[in-house]
Amino acid sequence: MKAENAKLVDTYENKLPFSVLEEIKNSVPDSASKENIKTILEETFALYLQAKINPGECVGLVSAESIGEPGTQMTLNTFHFAGVAEMNVTTGLPRIIEIFDCQKTIKTPMMEVYLKDPKIENVKALALKIKETKFSEFVTSYSLNIFEQNLKVTLSRELLDDHGLDVKDMIKALKLKAKGFTMESDDGSLTFIHKGKPEDIKDLYNLKEKLKAVKISGLKGIRQVLPVKRGEEYIVLTSGTNLKEVLEMDEVDATRTICNDMNEVYQVLGLEAARQTVINEVYKVIESQGLNIDIRHIMLVADIMCASGVLRGITRYGVVKEKASVLARASFETPIRHLINAALEGEVDALTSVVENVMINQPVPLGTGLPGLITKLK
Amino acid sequence: MAEVYINAKYVGTVDDPRSFVSDIKDLRRKGTLPDDINIFHNKEVDEIYVMSDEGRARRPLIIVREGKTLLTEKHLEQLKDGELTWVDLVRQGVIEYLDAGEEENALVAYRPEDLTESHTHMEITPGSISGVATALVPFGNYNQSSRLIIGSKNQKQSLGFYAANFHLRMDMDANILHYPQFPIVKTRIHDVTDYEEHPSGQNMVVAVMCYDGYNMEDGVILNKGSIQRGLARSTYFTPVKAEELRYSGGLIDEVAVPDKEVKGYRSERDYRHLEADGIVSPEAFVEEGNVVIGRTSPPRFLSGMDEYNLSGSIRRESSVALKHGEQGIADFVVLTENEEGNKLVQVRLREERVPEIGDKFTSRHGQKGVTGILVPQADAPFSTSGIVPDLIFTPHGISSRMTISHLVELLGGKVGALGGRYVDGTLFESEKAEDLRKELLTLGFREDGTEIFFDGRTGKQMLAKIYVGNMYYLRLRHMVANKMQSRARGPIQLLTRQPTEGKAKEGGLRLGEMEKDTFIAHGASLLLKERFDSDRVTVPVCEKSGLVGYYDARTNKLMSPVYGEDSDISYVEMSYAFKLLLNELISLGIHPKIELEDKY
Repeated sequence: MKAENAKLVDTYENKLPFSVLEEIKNSVPDSASKENIKTILEETFALYLQAKINPGECVGLVSAESIGEPGTQMTLNTFHFAGVAEMNVTTGLPRIIEIFDCQKTIKTPMMEVYLKDPKIENVKALALKIKETKFSEFVTSYSLNIFEQNLKVTLSRELLDDHGLDVKDMIKALKLKAKGFTMESDDGSLTFIHKGKPEDIKDLYNLKEKLKAVKISGLKGIRQVLPVKRGEEYIVLTSGTNLKEVLEMDEVDATRTICNDMNEVYQVLGLEAARQTVINEVYKVIESQGLNIDIRHIMLVADIMCASGVLRGITRYGVVKEKASVLARASFETPIRHLINAALEGEVDALTSVVENVMINQPVPLGTGLPGLITKLK
Repeated sequence: MAEVYINAKYVGTVDDPRSFVSDIKDLRRKGTLPDDINIFHNKEVDEIYVMSDEGRARRPLIIVREGKTLLTEKHLEQLKDGELTWVDLVRQGVIEYLDAGEEENALVAYRPEDLTESHTHMEITPGSISGVATALVPFGNYNQSSRLIIGSKNQKQSLGFYAANFHLRMDMDANILHYPQFPIVKTRIHDVTDYEEHPSGQNMVVAVMCYDGYNMEDGVILNKGSIQRGLARSTYFTPVKAEELRYSGGLIDEVAVPDKEVKGYRSERDYRHLEADGIVSPEAFVEEGNVVIGRTSPPRFLSGMDEYNLSGSIRRESSVALKHGEQGIADFVVLTENEEGNKLVQVRLREERVPEIGDKFTSRHGQKGVTGILVPQADAPFSTSGIVPDLIFTPHGISSRMTISHLVELLGGKVGALGGRYVDGTLFESEKAEDLRKELLTLGFREDGTEIFFDGRTGKQMLAKIYVGNMYYLRLRHMVANKMQSRARGPIQLLTRQPTEGKAKEGGLRLGEMEKDTFIAHGASLLLKERFDSDRVTVPVCEKSGLVGYYDARTNKLMSPVYGEDSDISYVEMSYAFKLLLNELISLGIHPKIELEDKY
């Protein structure tokens, strides 16, 4: 676009949103005349005004109804894709509740890890690298010798090779947990002998249990990995999440890797990312159920969840707690507690919102109830 | 080696389970062992269960040996002549009852043609696949199973002749159909269950067509002429009860016409149907508010002063009157006493119910419909032979529900009515639709059951030929007269001052939480306020204390509950429910302070 035309577009700076102006600048061809640009801007502005929501329109309730009504058709079941190489995912109403309530632990935390170089070998290597592997997985047998007071652990050669480890690495990893014992390594087996004089056989037994849980490799929390094809490239699906450490890895494409736990996203990437996660995850469920809800309704709910600067669920401890009106809070859940606390603090309800006014049977300040006289009568 | 359990209790083992089981069965069939034991050999775990306890569902089957039933032609002859009965057959070991366990070891043939060497039993009739109520649907094997279920459910709600001694009974909500008929198209179950003794419908002339759309969406159109001649007319009975309760101190209720001094005396008009004994006179027409049984009760709390009260004991009125929308003729009065020995008065009310718009009718095929209009006979369509249908059924009801039996019954009914015979529609063993068509042709009608029809209003011939015949239709107990209700103003609840709920209390229909939301979503907030005005109050509010005050009629002044006269008090409009909330907050120990400001 020519510079003078761009200038003309900029005169609408305060009338149209930045993104719309940018789009005009980018999509209008250079050959367009000044008059053309003028008409384009006028028409766009007229359309923009038309699309604007009128004052007094209650968007919140419309969103609530728009999500609530199709929600009644949602299945309560979580689908199990038997036989298909995908993992079980919570969907339907339970997932929606999970997201809107902003629950701290979700039922099926997952990540989709994208790679900078998505070759199949790289993907497989990464999958093995990030999976949390415990010592017990390498073990083929334990044998507790009561007479000699030792514990012999036989390890699987194949698994060790797969992970590129050998017995020495194991000893290194187990050193901390096996205090008070000396380790002797044989080809593919470890023997733990009590230092000092042999004591209770229970010690050896406790040691065995302790060793089982020792993390040998991978990232904490990633229980399962599954390389899958997404479109043209391979990615790694994980069950269990550890977004922070995955993003820190060099081979991971941090710009595309996603996580379905909004709290973790909020912690690692911040509020805006969490908001987007909420929107995406809700929309995913709605799409999978074959329903059609305008995304702006979901965006509104996500905005409400983020409006206070931190991520809050729509519960009596979250968004509802933030409501200004005592009566509105009392009408949601646990009314007596809210009323008593309000009385202790001497709260004043200004009756500025919907529920309060319905309760006392006064016009609701929305729609026809919004306009009032500005001039005060003396 | 198989383990043996008798009634789920271990008793021992047998070496040869096969012969053990067959021995037990033989002994049972011979009559050495009782016929109500069953034996089941579970071959997977090699265990034998012998059952003799009560509560097992069992069904009878004909025993088959070497591919032949033990039931022979000779047995059938003897059964026909009355020389043999069912019990004899069971005793002879021709028929035996199997429970769910023994069925697992049986191979049951469905019909004689299917019999092979390996079969152990044969069904008595293929129709035993269905229950008794379902078997009452004629030509049921032409249908989807779900329609059969609906059809048998509908029959349970039909009006009929439920008991021959109905005029002596005091049943709740009893209905008696006038002139009930035995269906022309019957099934064998109708004969077996003596359906003729308690029929529950009438054979109607049914045309499958439209008539100005009054039968759209599962409607039916009734011929007013037929109704006036008594079609589907019924009588509704409902009892009214009152007992003389005893109270402590030897006090007792009294059934009598209440004195005018009695507390809570109604108007004299309401007692006008009572006879001297305090009970309505038989054949009196009583309506809403009228007293059916007059009764007085002793005063609730006897205070010291009452004993010296010269005006005598002030008893309470506790008569039984008809509630909103109720009416009827006093039909029958019973004076008796109940289990505790208290005097019990029962009055049965009777009401004739002529079919009207909104009453529910159904055929036996799950094709229910609500009356859309009563067409005067003169306006109703008629055939070339002058036949006017009693009921007009919509063709759109058939296509989606696929109730072929409905259509076949119509044809069968026509053949039966014209040929003067009953048509058999027993499940799987019915007369063939083809044969019925041929018979209809010999009777001088079109083979497909259609006839040329004329519009009664214009006299013009209808473009299409109309499928018409006789069908057994049932009147269902859901009648508008019992359900219709409307209200503009009416009774309110004492606590909240909101309208009452439910038909008996002349209640309103609630505009609930979600309905409220739709008003808000439309921005119609002033309309919403108007709709919620049912419990509106204007209360004086003290501006100093913020509490609800009161009007003192003695001094003609508004008073504050805290400052008395020394406060500014203004009237404020609010819902009574909110005023109640304020009171409840006060009871919690919270001071809800209302701050007032100028509205304009």
